[in-house]
Amino acid sequence: MTLAARARTSAAEPLISISGLGKVYRTKKTEFVALKNIDLNIASHEFLTLIGPSGCGKSTLLRIIAGLEEATEGTVLVDGEPVAGPGADRGMVFQSYTLFPWLTVRQNIEYGLKLKGVPVLERRRVSDFYLRMIRLERFANAYPKQLSGGMKQRVAIARALANRPKVLLMDEPFGALDAQTKQAMQELLLEVWEKEKTTIVFITHDIEEAVFLSQRICVMGAGPGRIISEHPVPLPEKRGEGTRMLPAFTALKRELAALLKS
Amino acid sequence: MPGAKQPPKRRPAMQIFRDIGPVRSTVLAVASFCAILATWLLLSQLELVDPVFLPKPHHVLGEIVRQLGTAEYWSHIGISIFRVTAGFLLACFLGIPIGIFAGAFRAGSAVLEPPMEFIRYMPAVAFIPLIMVWVGIGEWAKILLIFIGCFFQMVLMAADITRRVSPDLVHVSFTLGASRWQSVWTVLVPAVRPELLTMMRLMLGWAWTYLVVAELIAVNSGLGYAIMKAQRFLNTDQIFAGIIIIGLLGLFSDRLFAVMHRRFFPWI
Repeated sequence: MTLAARARTSAAEPLISISGLGKVYRTKKTEFVALKNIDLNIASHEFLTLIGPSGCGKSTLLRIIAGLEEATEGTVLVDGEPVAGPGADRGMVFQSYTLFPWLTVRQNIEYGLKLKGVPVLERRRVSDFYLRMIRLERFANAYPKQLSGGMKQRVAIARALANRPKVLLMDEPFGALDAQTKQAMQELLLEVWEKEKTTIVFITHDIEEAVFLSQRICVMGAGPGRIISEHPVPLPEKRGEGTRMLPAFTALKRELAALLKS
Repeated sequence: MPGAKQPPKRRPAMQIFRDIGPVRSTVLAVASFCAILATWLLLSQLELVDPVFLPKPHHVLGEIVRQLGTAEYWSHIGISIFRVTAGFLLACFLGIPIGIFAGAFRAGSAVLEPPMEFIRYMPAVAFIPLIMVWVGIGEWAKILLIFIGCFFQMVLMAADITRRVSPDLVHVSFTLGASRWQSVWTVLVPAVRPELLTMMRLMLGWAWTYLVVAELIAVNSGLGYAIMKAQRFLNTDQIFAGIIIIGLLGLFSDRLFAVMHRRFFPWI
């Protein structure tokens, strides 16, 4: 059974269930509808990407799932529980570099565990594990200023995963990276996703990135922000260098590009 | 002329923001001190200015050496350092936490900042008569003046520094499981430390200024008093000596802060 198929069969019990979600920003005189009528179910261990032009509210949607912003309408359930603020069960990786500059790489990864009161030895075991996963063992004691952009984002991913969240929310995490680093990061992310069996909700405006990474893509439109269409990605579960050459890959890319242009 | 080799244009020596290296920078700094000294020498040696107004550098140096040889002067220095440190630390211990609170929470800012903005514009020196009524003319009067001079500025500056912390850092701590207060303690406080230290370095300079003002009135000890006493006898050598010693103390504490900055924050 492919992962996509597994995602569909388990759709009866989604990990994240969004229904009738809306977000309106009101000022004294104006009203801006950022999101309207969003219905979306995300299965456990699914890799879902939200793609759309800037201003379509994709970041807002992610931040509402994270609990960093409040919806003005509708509900978000994570594992059956309504979201009532941010929590350690929903890890997030931002586009801007958000490592704590005063902590070393290892201390950054252990930050969430330390808050929870996990004992030192256990913390060390976990950070060793993730340092190996992101291949930065040699930089365990370096400060973020000594890392390149791609390395910083790898640590940010490890830091979020060390908390064992139910879902990893990623807001254009590779947006600021150069093309080559970006590809390497995408491959690493898929590897991590496979190993960790985590659920990922990913935001990008890079169509190729969306197709390469995801099992399902939701295209969003602006004014008001809404989901226009959903596309399962008909690619083999195991992605690699050859994936980008497959006819199905280019076909879906073209289809999405046409959708985003209109 | 086509084909002819143009001589390469010389780059101007001063480029905006361009680093000039430690050697040149030291040379220029020394040169700047020398220029001040040379001007002083020229004006005083040629007696272009009456020596009563502008004493000769070597007289001042002699005065500094002579004064530093007396126990009395060291006790002036000691009491002055004590007053500055006490007033300054008191302002830090109260002002910085309040400032971080006001910077972190909008409600705190709304309650605290307007009155502080208001008081900050009242010259601290104008409080002297009031301070004398409140606490008399003892040690507390001087400490209180330095405190008033520093505290309100510190609250506002600490609040401003706190507000400049990237909200993404706070948000990421929430998604890693931090509560509101945990986020203040594990994100805001460490994030503002370097800038707070820079702010303290700046404010310490102000503290010395307020100290001298405090010591000009109704005291019989401290560097400000020594300067005042010298003025009564038109002893400009000694006035100069006092001012220069205060300058050196300031320079010393400033260097101390710079070293602390490098020691405490290797991650910058």
